[in-house]
Amino acid sequence: MYQVNRRRLLGTSAVWLLWSSAAARAAVIRGGIPWKPGAGDPPEPVTPGGWQYFTAQEAATVEAFVERLIPADGLSPSGKECGCAVFIDRQLAGPYGRAEGHYLAGPFLKGTKQQGPQSPTTPAQQYRKALAAFDRACRAKFAGKAFADLSDQQKDETIKGLEDGSLALDGAEAKDFFKLILTDTQNGFLADPIYGGNKDMASWTMIGFPGAHYDYRDWIDKHNQRVTLPPVGIANHPNWTQKS
Amino acid sequence: MTRKLPPKDVVIIGMGWTGSILANELTDAGLDVVAIERGPWRDTATDFPISYMQDELRYRIQHELFLRNSQMSVTFRNNVNQTALPVRSWGAFMLGNGTGGAGVHWNAETWRFLPTDFTLKSHLTQRYGANFLPADMTIQDFGVSFDDLEPHYDAFEYLCGTSGRAGNLNGQIQEGGNPFEGARSRPYPTPPQKQGYGHMLFAQAAQQLGYKPFPQPSGNLSQAYTNPLGVTMGQCTYCGFCEWFGCANYSKASPQTTVLPVLLRKSNFEARTDSEVTRINLDNTGKRATGVTYVDSSGEEFEQPADLVLLCAFSLFNVQLLLLSGIGEPYDPAIEQGQIGRNFTHQTMSDALGFFDKDKYNFNPFVASGAIGMCIDEFNGDNFDHGPLGFVGGGYIGQVQTGGRPIQTTAVPPDTPAWGSKWKQALKDNYLSTINSPGACHASMYSYRDNYLSLDPTYKDRFGRPLVRITLDFHDNEIKMSAFLTDKFADILKAMGAKQIVKRPRQPPYDVTAYQTSHLNGGAVMGDNPGNSALNRYLQSWDVPNLFVMGASAFPQNAGYNPTGTVGALAYWAAAAIRSQYLKNPGPLVHA
Repeated sequence: MYQVNRRRLLGTSAVWLLWSSAAARAAVIRGGIPWKPGAGDPPEPVTPGGWQYFTAQEAATVEAFVERLIPADGLSPSGKECGCAVFIDRQLAGPYGRAEGHYLAGPFLKGTKQQGPQSPTTPAQQYRKALAAFDRACRAKFAGKAFADLSDQQKDETIKGLEDGSLALDGAEAKDFFKLILTDTQNGFLADPIYGGNKDMASWTMIGFPGAHYDYRDWIDKHNQRVTLPPVGIANHPNWTQKS
Repeated sequence: MTRKLPPKDVVIIGMGWTGSILANELTDAGLDVVAIERGPWRDTATDFPISYMQDELRYRIQHELFLRNSQMSVTFRNNVNQTALPVRSWGAFMLGNGTGGAGVHWNAETWRFLPTDFTLKSHLTQRYGANFLPADMTIQDFGVSFDDLEPHYDAFEYLCGTSGRAGNLNGQIQEGGNPFEGARSRPYPTPPQKQGYGHMLFAQAAQQLGYKPFPQPSGNLSQAYTNPLGVTMGQCTYCGFCEWFGCANYSKASPQTTVLPVLLRKSNFEARTDSEVTRINLDNTGKRATGVTYVDSSGEEFEQPADLVLLCAFSLFNVQLLLLSGIGEPYDPAIEQGQIGRNFTHQTMSDALGFFDKDKYNFNPFVASGAIGMCIDEFNGDNFDHGPLGFVGGGYIGQVQTGGRPIQTTAVPPDTPAWGSKWKQALKDNYLSTINSPGACHASMYSYRDNYLSLDPTYKDRFGRPLVRITLDFHDNEIKMSAFLTDKFADILKAMGAKQIVKRPRQPPYDVTAYQTSHLNGGAVMGDNPGNSALNRYLQSWDVPNLFVMGASAFPQNAGYNPTGTVGALAYWAAAAIRSQYLKNPGPLVHA
């Protein structure tokens, strides 16, 4: 793409990449654009298999929960079928669950809403605590039954209780937890399928988003016309790799 | 133990737009230049390649390309009576990291400020009288004029290949361009980008209402372009992953796609990455910088001596380094003294959602670019009579929707449940037929006595240095302006045929979790004397003449435009002054 193309540039100029120690990443760069093959950092596709963060009981609750947040209907399969619980599990087992990259130095003081969240608790810890409290609240309210064993109507009423704060959780903020799990579920449903929550691009097909097509130059002028390209994710289109 | 390195002619702190431009200009002048960058080396093929860059979760939601708060954050409070608390994860603004800086993830909306934006205080005082301005507003003139900067705006646009249509060529108003812009000496380097359905519908409606719509000036290029340095960029493919993403296609102007390939080949240039400058060193007079101290990622500390120090970090961190290095006098709002930290501003963004009949309108929102869009400038700056309105300032208004990335572009009518089948139905019914343009009213934020930067007394970075503390709130002037502009945008949505409009004017208090833009300005402002500024008109420190401070920290207040065009122009302007004046006779370029 450059007029001075990379190949020629590499052939004629020295690239110095001096690592100050094996562990350090600091580099001194001169003589040309540094380049080493395979230096990319593609996302790791979520693979099926056991739960990586959730306990079996937590997983049952979350699967039942996401199945009601995104119910199966004529528009798409359910959140559970799309993999939203798997998505959340893998996210909590990774950097997101550890609040990696966040500023985590104290003191942790209560501030105004405008100052943003001020909690030392990571998302993974938040789920663990809130799911346990949620389980206790459900069992207390429904004669010992876990959330996953409730009827759809009872489940929806319980979720509404979290949403409006009328279902109190012991040791967790009901509304905060509702917001967290709703955001994570919808993120998983709408994100690239590589992360496990948007199986077969169900949400993208539903809304009409064709996905990670790189080139819409043929479509920019086609005003008010539906784009007919099949949806495609970062990794592939399911039909290209799966035999069915 | 600090290792002292051999001296250089120039040390540059930060390798974003301004650091890259200055390095290229000063190596051309024959100087030996080293640039020290806090973040990693980043390049297109390795960091945002075509194979996986279009990842909304990774880059937008989880902030992959941005500065990690754990490495450096800021603290925030609305006023001096509150205790500032740290921003634990970015919200209101997203700060770049690594080579290219914010020039990697910007939208490439490449505007010029209006001529009157540079003489704001004099102009408004002359037109409306001094009493028209709020008593605590601290706006002032830049000390440099639009005409001074015109050749340097031109240089930046030709570096970038900016796509647009001139509205004023050498004083002649041009059909289809922005008739309010200052006179430009030649057309944009490339013609405007193509526009989508929603963008053109906005233009048609605006025209019907008597406005003069024009294409937004774009650093996502309408066609391939080779810049004066010989670097070639590709044509934008309207992929809709631009804002918060790196461009995999070499079609968004960034240091990587315009300057670095040439700069890195020069024998008199060297970059050091993953190395954080911890202070600017001064000699015992305190009037001369001797170089910088930095720490690399192994924790080893180095001293890099240099004759000339160029502070080219992001605005906030320019101010932080000045304060940490004891350069200039920290601003004290109680007595309104000191220049470092004064006149900090952001932007006043607002919009309205427009829901259209899904059976008649299909906007294909995902077919877009970062700087696509049609705009009007009737309500920017002082392009309209503020007399009857009781506020000053304004912004451009436009349908500037940058994509349809599904996690963030799921606006549904306000009465929709947040989950369940009704939510899904609303998503499906509105995704393709909604105008959802968060940058629709891109308005100014003027400066006030009580909005400022200082060092936080409690919270520290990983080296134990105080974080920079933001004290910021919206003032009535900006809130009135935002309501006015939002109404104007909503009128256009109505003329476009929206069946439901949800106005979202900016409301106080300022919220550090609510994204607006990453346009943070001021804190080390330029001006015509040391009593009103940290820098002279050439961005040279009044206190330490062998230190120049680039970037939007020099803006005495913010205008109703994206800042990068002006940041680029000021960098070229300062580079010209250094090359033509300073190097011949090192010392103050303006005598106080």
